[in-house]
Amino acid sequence: MELLEGEKEQILATVDAILNNQPLQKDRLIPVLQRVQAELGYLPGLAMEKIAAAAGVSAVEVYGLATFYNQFRLNPPGKHQLKVCMGTACYMVGGQIALESFERRLGIKEGETTPDRKFSLERVACVGCCTMAPVVVVDENVEGHVTPTRVDGILLSFEGEEGKTRGEAKSPAAVESEAKP
Amino acid sequence: MSTATVAEQYRALRQEAAAAVEALKQKPVVWVGTATCGVAAGALKIKEAFEQEIKERGLDVAVLETGCMGHCYAEPMAIIAKPGHVPLCYGRLDEGLVHRLVVDFLDGDDPGYEYALVALEPNDLFPTFSDFPRGVYEEKMILEQCGFIDPGNMDHYLARDGYAAVAKILEMKPEEVLAEVKAANLRGRGGAGFPAGEKWEACRKAPGEQKYVICNGDEGDPGAFMDRGLLESDPHRVIEGMIICAYAVGASRGYLYIRAEYPKAVERVEGAIARAREKGLLGQSILGSGFSFDLEVFQGSGAFVCGESSALVRSMEGKMGIPEVRPPRLAESGFRGCPTVLNNVKTFAYVPAIIMKGADWFRSTGTAGSPGTAVFSLVGKVNNTGLVEVPMGTTLRQLIFDVGEGIPGDKKFKAAQIGGPSGGCLPEAMLDVPIDFDSLQEAGAIMGSGGLVVLNEDDCMVAVARYFLEFTQHESCGKCTFCRLGTRHMLDILTDISRGKGSLESLELLQELCEDVRDGSLCNLGKTAPNPVLTTLRYFRDEYEAHILEGRCPSLMCKDLIVYYIEPKKCSKLCNVCVGSCPTEAIYTRDDGLKAINQEKCVKCDNCLKTCPVEYNAVIKLSPPSLLAEKEGKSK
Ligand SMILES: Cc1cc2nc3c(=O)[nH]c(=O)nc-3n(C[C@H](O)[C@H](O)[C@H](O)COP(=O)(O)O)c2cc1C
Ligand code: FES
Repeated sequence: MELLEGEKEQILATVDAILNNQPLQKDRLIPVLQRVQAELGYLPGLAMEKIAAAAGVSAVEVYGLATFYNQFRLNPPGKHQLKVCMGTACYMVGGQIALESFERRLGIKEGETTPDRKFSLERVACVGCCTMAPVVVVDENVEGHVTPTRVDGILLSFEGEEGKTRGEAKSPAAVESEAKP
Repeated sequence: MSTATVAEQYRALRQEAAAAVEALKQKPVVWVGTATCGVAAGALKIKEAFEQEIKERGLDVAVLETGCMGHCYAEPMAIIAKPGHVPLCYGRLDEGLVHRLVVDFLDGDDPGYEYALVALEPNDLFPTFSDFPRGVYEEKMILEQCGFIDPGNMDHYLARDGYAAVAKILEMKPEEVLAEVKAANLRGRGGAGFPAGEKWEACRKAPGEQKYVICNGDEGDPGAFMDRGLLESDPHRVIEGMIICAYAVGASRGYLYIRAEYPKAVERVEGAIARAREKGLLGQSILGSGFSFDLEVFQGSGAFVCGESSALVRSMEGKMGIPEVRPPRLAESGFRGCPTVLNNVKTFAYVPAIIMKGADWFRSTGTAGSPGTAVFSLVGKVNNTGLVEVPMGTTLRQLIFDVGEGIPGDKKFKAAQIGGPSGGCLPEAMLDVPIDFDSLQEAGAIMGSGGLVVLNEDDCMVAVARYFLEFTQHESCGKCTFCRLGTRHMLDILTDISRGKGSLESLELLQELCEDVRDGSLCNLGKTAPNPVLTTLRYFRDEYEAHILEGRCPSLMCKDLIVYYIEPKKCSKLCNVCVGSCPTEAIYTRDDGLKAINQEKCVKCDNCLKTCPVEYNAVIKLSPPSLLAEKEGKSK
């Protein structure tokens, strides 16, 4: 994936600040990756290389960790992150239907980001609000009882923002992202 | 360093906390439940509304946060404790109701009984928890304070004799502490039910200077949230249990491994650790005893297999979470190669009460083989969803039909999914099985860590089995061939069946694969992955056969085997709701004004069925899809 202008500098500065010139113990690798992702929203290859160097391990090892754990994403998320719960309780009462509704409305598949980088769509396993199934986490907020109509409502609530969403976003040429096996 | 004894230091802390809590009781307090479940239902807005209304009226009322009381079906909830009245709990709050409560109750004197759910203290006017069927069965050992204290304010925990058990054990010998936990026969609540005392003893005896205590808060079962509830609502109880364990085994450091999907639990536990440290209950020389122990949170990164003990430890070491061959057990060689105790959140939470009230007290509840209580997150097609705690030995029927008050609507119960991806689906006939580690295993399920999903006639058992297989297949770490490829093959077979493409021979193969995967996997992820398939094959074979032989999904759930249809007799003509709700413009108005579905365009999103007004209920599902021709033929 191509980095936008200035992104490279920002990535390096962020990683530097987190590493703080200290040698990196191997058992701090995951917490450091978590912090980098919290700051940047994802783990750019560049960041992983730098972290590997600081820990004195190969970049492949860090990449291995990043792909093993579901939490890490290798591509930038959308401005708004939609996480559809696919835990047992949610799945049984229509989690799949909610996921498909988002996919249809946004014209992307689970794990992808809309071309305008406005929304990214993911599945998660149980966020612990099973009594409100089906659940969708919109950015940091948990939404309960998400029917297809509610899906439209959620997307509409972002409509006013700059950038385009519905209709336009239906093009199937979505950005490939989240190269998770 | 102060010369006060441990007991004196503790007494001073407790007194200070009790005074603060007592002062709080002098004025009215509104407690809003702000655990993740409450917040999802809008608790923060409710809290703001209370604050706003109270401010506008210039009232002297404290608005505090509390955790989850377990009655999640009634969120958002709040307790109002006003001096001179019994504390009352209100559920399903909205801003209008908040306004009324503030005006009539806090500013006036009318508690608005018609809106109250339950009273929290015995009184002559209003029922308490023990007056409901749920209260009759429930016995709270570890959830006792959840929803009734502010998890962010340590005084609330201390004032209720919190950390008294730490003060007590610091004046006991570690062997005595160990003996008490062993005598209680406390079995691990993470799923396998291994006796905690034995584990601790092995760790204590293992040679090594450095030892660790780790709390497993990975809670990977998708559809369960007991550990989240406890960590968010009463974090000090878990911390206290860990300190006691550390003292008993001789550990100086501990970690709480909490999954990343639980940001609120992480935040509350980190806050609780910081405050415990400030009060001298963690860190150097706890309560001046000379015993030092400190704790840290480690955030998991979302891999189910990391709930497994050896994988968890590896992931804490910065490696991929892949289980290892045992022995050695963690108690001998765990985190960084040092002797380590790993227990579930709930297991630790029982420890303070066992120390204070004794092993006999603990064993007087539950069954001989599984003493104590069981905590369940009761979800799915059941009226009272939430967190419940019942004595071991309670039957599933009591749990679902009395505590949970049965199935909503006039739907029929079908199965109880217990134990998550490692567990099974038990039918009506098995509902009288007592809940304990051993009986459930015999029935083909497992106790698990407390996930209980109730399924009704609308839930397809093939889909359930497929769902769990997809989950375990995705979460398999890939180390063992059978777990990696066997589950893949099983998933393919189940997918075919759910599409009506299976054969009876494939069922035989499925059964064989189940056995191979069980026998050929190293850790319990693979060993137990077949359970959901085995139990559904055993108890619901007819559903598999309907899919295979008739291309019919009896529960009308499997998408490839159903079609949506609008019954002309029921459709109102005048209403256009379904047309508007259809995302693909598949619904059109026929020349005669009735609505109909263009099957080519229909994506089976269920929207029309959900939005068709109840007075018509004209949209139905048909399975097998061939029924459509028949229906359409008739209606012409
Ligand atoms: C695949 C897999 C996932 C597990 N997930 C959890 C979990 O999320 N929480 C937990 O406490 N135990 C989990 N366990 C069980 C742990 O391996 C271990 O037995 C338990 O944490 C020990 O604590 P206990 O004795 O207090 O139950 C899991 C086991 C396996 C094989
Ligand atoms: S299954 Fe979706 S929140 Fe638990």
